[in-house]
Amino acid sequence: MQAWLSENTLLLGLAALDGLSYAATVFMVAVGLNLVFGVLRILNVAHGSLFAIGGYVAASLGLFITSRGLPAWLSLPALLLAAVLTGALLGPVIERLLLRRVEKQEPVLQLLVTFALFMILEDLQKLLWGVQPVVSDAPVRLLGTVDVPFGADVIPFTAYQLFVVPGVALLTLLGLVWFLRRTLAGRMIVAVTEDREAARAMGIDAARVTLLTFSAGAALAALGGALASPTASLVPGVGAQTIVLSFAVVATAGLGRVEGAAVTALLIGLGRAFAVYFEPELEVVIPYIIMVAVLLIRPQGLFGVPETRRI
Amino acid sequence: MSRAREVVLVLGAAGLVLAIAWFVPWLRFVLTIALAKGLAVLGILLLLRAGQVSFGHALYLAFAAYAAAFGAALVPETLILLPLAALGAALLGLVVGLFVVRYREIFFGMLNLALSMVFYSVLEKFYAITHGTDGIRLPPTTFAGQVLGAEAQGWAMLSLALVLSAFFAWLMRIYLASPLGQALAGIKTREARLEFMGMSARRVLLSAYVLSALMAGTGGAVLGMTTRHVTPALAYWTTSGELVFIAILGGAGSVAGPFLGAIAYELTRVYAAALVADAWQMILGFVLLLVILFAPGGLWAIGRALMGGRRQA
Repeated sequence: MQAWLSENTLLLGLAALDGLSYAATVFMVAVGLNLVFGVLRILNVAHGSLFAIGGYVAASLGLFITSRGLPAWLSLPALLLAAVLTGALLGPVIERLLLRRVEKQEPVLQLLVTFALFMILEDLQKLLWGVQPVVSDAPVRLLGTVDVPFGADVIPFTAYQLFVVPGVALLTLLGLVWFLRRTLAGRMIVAVTEDREAARAMGIDAARVTLLTFSAGAALAALGGALASPTASLVPGVGAQTIVLSFAVVATAGLGRVEGAAVTALLIGLGRAFAVYFEPELEVVIPYIIMVAVLLIRPQGLFGVPETRRI
Repeated sequence: MSRAREVVLVLGAAGLVLAIAWFVPWLRFVLTIALAKGLAVLGILLLLRAGQVSFGHALYLAFAAYAAAFGAALVPETLILLPLAALGAALLGLVVGLFVVRYREIFFGMLNLALSMVFYSVLEKFYAITHGTDGIRLPPTTFAGQVLGAEAQGWAMLSLALVLSAFFAWLMRIYLASPLGQALAGIKTREARLEFMGMSARRVLLSAYVLSALMAGTGGAVLGMTTRHVTPALAYWTTSGELVFIAILGGAGSVAGPFLGAIAYELTRVYAAALVADAWQMILGFVLLLVILFAPGGLWAIGRALMGGRRQA
């Protein structure tokens, strides 16, 4: 064990750093999915497509900035702009035109509406951005690399992945917790999540809260995609991958838990990164293995609260 | 609808399928595939009765298809190999079912998805045994002891698919009408009440789950023996999604829905893929939206409304 550890310190370090930045993007998507589920009681399958679209929009903005010879630092706020654009444009449209219309339908049909939307958005991406990988690595080149000391060695790692990605995720986590617990709008969201009927009886405009929550969730997914876009090339299918993974995170954490999503994203992100470096065959299945293992022991998820039985 | 009328309708539908396959030969293959998927969708439909949607039934489809592929060398007879592969899937369904029936709704759906994805990875990564994404070619098998040519084999598989479809549709109607089937619908309405009546909701769901795995497995075995080539893509989550899609398209209200849906889906896919190769998924998405928003009963309900309307006129 000792010998193996000293031999593989470098790989372990790399896996930990990779896992951290990966977990950060997964968290962004999962937390949005969680938020939307809490208020709408719909698991939005198209959430992964919003991640992909956010990434594509960010990459397009980044490429535009480089091609026009604009200052490179602009590519960083462009990531945020891409997320806001995607959330503000697509969020209300999807919620108003589709989800509100099936509000009273069976849960299975609601789920399938988002599945249909997912199919449409997947092809839309192909039509708009083609099937060739799209990369805009301006933010990565802008910030350069940092030498991370690890035992006796140093690992050169991109500053973007080391500081920006986890930093934004951490800010999102803290901001969300503060928003949900301390502000009026946030507490309205929590109230609708807990009990829609009671919240409406207290005079909360549940329809407006739903619209805002869905748009915010969409923007969070898009921000996740935007953050991932400079280091991962965007190809068709990335939306599908993302949704399956963030589902796993949300189910493992337990539905409706913000901090839980962060811990689980870290667990699954690191698990996957270690698999990439040490057992590449397991890369795809690690999130599922973690999820199945957790749900076997705690059916309501790591941080979930068991639901009371309705009679 | 009277019993006699139903038998006539089923025979008429089977005759229509055979006639189409006769006049448009290249559609014979497409129709066999559609019926095979219809069988798997029947399994999805059964679970929908309990209000549960499985996003991982491709697991049983792929398992039986691979079982047929590996078993063909040992048991080179279609009529023995097919039931064995389907039973294998049902057995797997029992083992997995013991675990997943403890969960409901999205957890149920996700766990099924997870397990099918694990199987997908196993198929993809263990190259030495499964040949990875290249898949396996099925060695030829005899049909009722006869060695058939490609043409005759195609007809035999289509007929077999028709017989199996009719059999399982009939079996499922009996199941749904039985006390066990009625209890299944109770899981959707309010599970606690079922338990108060002294029935175990888990056991009810488990029986349905095993039956649905058997039907998905039968579909998978037919699929594998028709395409004669199996790949890990069969276990991928998009295949499961496709099955759920067909269930809604066809309509969850009747055992005929899955087959109607599957045939409509496969035909649309063949033509849409030829016409608009890049956007056929988008077209399917819009169709699904239209069905859910304007015809929640699916194609079956539309057809019935049309037929009913004509009778009144």
